[in-house]
Amino acid sequence: MLRKIRIALACVFWLGITALFLDFSGTVHAWLGWMAKVQFIPALLALNAGVVLALVALTFIFGRVYCSVICPLGVMQDAFARLGRIGRRRRNRYSYSKPLTWLRIASLVVFAALLAAGLAAFAAILEPYSIYGRIAASFLTPLWVWGNNILARVAEHYGSYAFYSVDLWMRGLAALIPAEVMLVLTGVLAWRNGRTYCNAVCPVGTVLGFISRYSLFRPVIDTSKCNGCGLCARRCKGACIDSKAHAIDYSRCVACMDCIGNCRQGAISYSRRRFSGVGSDDGAEATDAGRRAFVIGAATAAATAAVSAHKAKVDGGLAVLVDKKVPVRAVPVLPPGAVGQTHFSRRCTACQLCVSVCPNGVLRPSSDPARLMQPECSYERGYCRPECTRCSEVCPAGAIRPVTAAEKTAIQRGHAVWLKDNCVVLSDGVSCGACARNCPAGAITMIHSVTGDDASPEIPAVDPERCIGCGKCETLCPARPFSAIYVEGNTRHREI
Amino acid sequence: MMDKTEHSKSRREFLKKLGAGAFAAASASLVGCTPGNKSAASASAAGTGSMTYRRNAKGDEVSVLGYGCMRWPMMPSPDGEGEIIDQEAVNELVDYAIAHGVNYFDTAPPYLRGMSEEATGIALSRHPRESYYIATKMSNQSLANDLEGEALLKASIEMYRNSLKRLRTDYIDYYLLHFCGGGDGLPFFAKRFDESGMLDFVLKEREAGRIRNLGFSYHGDIRVFDHLMSRHDEIKWDFVQIQLNYVDWKHASGFNFNADYLYGELAKRGIPAVVMEPLLGGRLASLTNALNARLKEHRPDDSVAAWAFRFAATPPGVLTVLSGMTYMEHLQDNLRTYSPLEPCSQAELDLLEDTALKMMEFPSVPCTACQYCMPCPYGLNIPAIFSHYNKCINEGNTPLSSADPDYRRARRAFLVGYDRSVPRLRQADRCIACGKCKEHCPQTIDIPAQMERINLYVEKLKQNTI
Repeated sequence: MLRKIRIALACVFWLGITALFLDFSGTVHAWLGWMAKVQFIPALLALNAGVVLALVALTFIFGRVYCSVICPLGVMQDAFARLGRIGRRRRNRYSYSKPLTWLRIASLVVFAALLAAGLAAFAAILEPYSIYGRIAASFLTPLWVWGNNILARVAEHYGSYAFYSVDLWMRGLAALIPAEVMLVLTGVLAWRNGRTYCNAVCPVGTVLGFISRYSLFRPVIDTSKCNGCGLCARRCKGACIDSKAHAIDYSRCVACMDCIGNCRQGAISYSRRRFSGVGSDDGAEATDAGRRAFVIGAATAAATAAVSAHKAKVDGGLAVLVDKKVPVRAVPVLPPGAVGQTHFSRRCTACQLCVSVCPNGVLRPSSDPARLMQPECSYERGYCRPECTRCSEVCPAGAIRPVTAAEKTAIQRGHAVWLKDNCVVLSDGVSCGACARNCPAGAITMIHSVTGDDASPEIPAVDPERCIGCGKCETLCPARPFSAIYVEGNTRHREI
Repeated sequence: MMDKTEHSKSRREFLKKLGAGAFAAASASLVGCTPGNKSAASASAAGTGSMTYRRNAKGDEVSVLGYGCMRWPMMPSPDGEGEIIDQEAVNELVDYAIAHGVNYFDTAPPYLRGMSEEATGIALSRHPRESYYIATKMSNQSLANDLEGEALLKASIEMYRNSLKRLRTDYIDYYLLHFCGGGDGLPFFAKRFDESGMLDFVLKEREAGRIRNLGFSYHGDIRVFDHLMSRHDEIKWDFVQIQLNYVDWKHASGFNFNADYLYGELAKRGIPAVVMEPLLGGRLASLTNALNARLKEHRPDDSVAAWAFRFAATPPGVLTVLSGMTYMEHLQDNLRTYSPLEPCSQAELDLLEDTALKMMEFPSVPCTACQYCMPCPYGLNIPAIFSHYNKCINEGNTPLSSADPDYRRARRAFLVGYDRSVPRLRQADRCIACGKCKEHCPQTIDIPAQMERINLYVEKLKQNTI
């Protein structure tokens, strides 16, 4: 029964969180957005004391149910483990193993050190929720969107507006490669040995393990009933039951309840601890920090050759449009609510939730080694639209703080820079002014390119005090492949 | 000098006169495809009787339905680059049209990215040359932007010779000076035809019989029209092509001039009128639901488009009404309308005038999708944007307030449909207002201003601030 409840709740959480990554329409977030916000590390980074305390209390009472129910990576590993069992027709194929305490402590220390150093992006490599986020965003979201686009085509055929097509595009390898590596790693480990990742590497598992060691409820072996068959140990995906010694390592037990129903003697029960003296020597302190860094070269989209010439004027046809390329930005542009580079990089776990929900093709994982996989803005595909505050709504870690559409219009995240050489006014000899006309902040004025010559072509002049860095000018600039006006990020956002 | 009589006669008889026996046999088998029909002249999918013809001063018997070759069906190019004309479909349409009495085909060098003349030539050359009339144009307006004088004459003559070659013929039945009134009006006309000597050249070609009828097509500046009318004694226009439909009759948009004036001037001088844009580029094929319903109530069996076609052919001085028919269904519908033509009664004319007045209440864009403005150098799909906007107006999907009971559904239909009809890279917000398109627009639409207006509307919908 307990096992069934655990499985049902786990399914609800897993489907809910996955839906957050899949839903591009923004409707699911209104209902299930909290599911991302109760994830341990994001809540910790968001300084969401209520959630963190609740999770600690939950673990203190019931053990590591967090790992079995709430953590999407944990549930995903259970699914892989189940697949492994089906394939080999062996229900009970695990065995007890000694705890890899040194590895657990070491990875927790490294993780804590990276967080303390403000390198959340590197810490995120080990963080379970964001690992799952990257896997979902990299593999499930594209499939979902692809399926949706097929439905949209069908709907279009029947003149229905029930589905609409969404851009499916490659957001860069920065998150894809780590996602692939972690998917294979956790997948294989889970398939072979159950919760190895959770009990040997995962920093959340280690922290919660400290607490669950003293949890109020936990599975207990009744030695009077136990016949020492070892079936429980062979069923334990946490590899934490030492059946010979009738001992369970509660720091590794994820409270999955599998062993309880599996025991033919009924010797295992999930029961309350009888107090004989509570020790609380919680104290593993970070002393030394090891460093590891992935440096992944970013691959930018291949340039398309352009033929724009149309010699004899004939009617009809469409001008070929070369894809826009990403300009080099000295300071990355972060979405409104990110407060600044430091605030953001300290908190962001690179879970890709904001990237998945951005409806304008603006956010994508960074390939900069220092901010690896953390999102940044770029405006070749679209700009940060005034009515949209999705990324700030969904961010579970408080890296992007909630902002309203109205507040957003007054947050300067960057400022536009004009590049004379690219401007069509000078290169094509046409009048333009698209940037000035479209600027929502009224920060661009068209001025004469030659002082005092009213007949000279008009070029844009940016008022960096009024520019909010939304990128509308960059997106709508007719110059290709590089826009003649682009946004340079601010290290700290400011209100104007 | 002009003997225009309205009369109908059997297509079979007509074809016999043209000595097209072999072809008639082919057409009979074609018609045989439609159920219950053996005789081409009897009731068929394409009409209850036979095509109405009008005769000009030279004795040409011209079908009142003329085929506009600006909108041939297209298909994706085999090399994956853009689209090409679907020649097989064109052949099928042309065969069907000729079999049902259509004998006037109007094309021009720039149509369909320059591919129309060739495709039209291929399709027509499979029929005896005397069984149809070819109309094409001197479209040197774009040449005249870069060239003048001798060089312009040379390039223009080359364009004329290319037309003959592409149309696989050694004479042209109806030759038009294209787009007169465009550009800056009189000076532009003078540059194109008088100063270059091109007018003298075409007059000589007419004398030599290689141009059987000379005319011009008119858009834009009324001074050019009046100027050309004043030179009628000198040039002797055999016909003039004007935009005529029940909206333009009294309510022409932009700098266009009301068709009742244009037609009146022509009728005064006995010059036959060839009608273009009888449907306003398809806009009169479907109106708002209420206006559609009203027309349907009067003539339940007629399509909405049929009203526009009957209107356009009602004035007796109209030689032929051009329709750019992309689909067989459109061709068949028009054949039904004109086989034979039932001219509009005064009551019907009044109803159409009232329809036009009601249409003016909606801020639709008078775009006819002629594609003259394309390609936009900055990639916009101008006609597709206007077409989506107009379609939404007709279908009631342009909510004016978020308090409308239907607001959410209409907003979704507008925005989702917008992305479907026009890729985001080619939508109105990409307009840089360079104005290159403006000079090409025969409807004198202020395209950049309209783009801005539509984009503002789209932004309001997107931001929910309407």
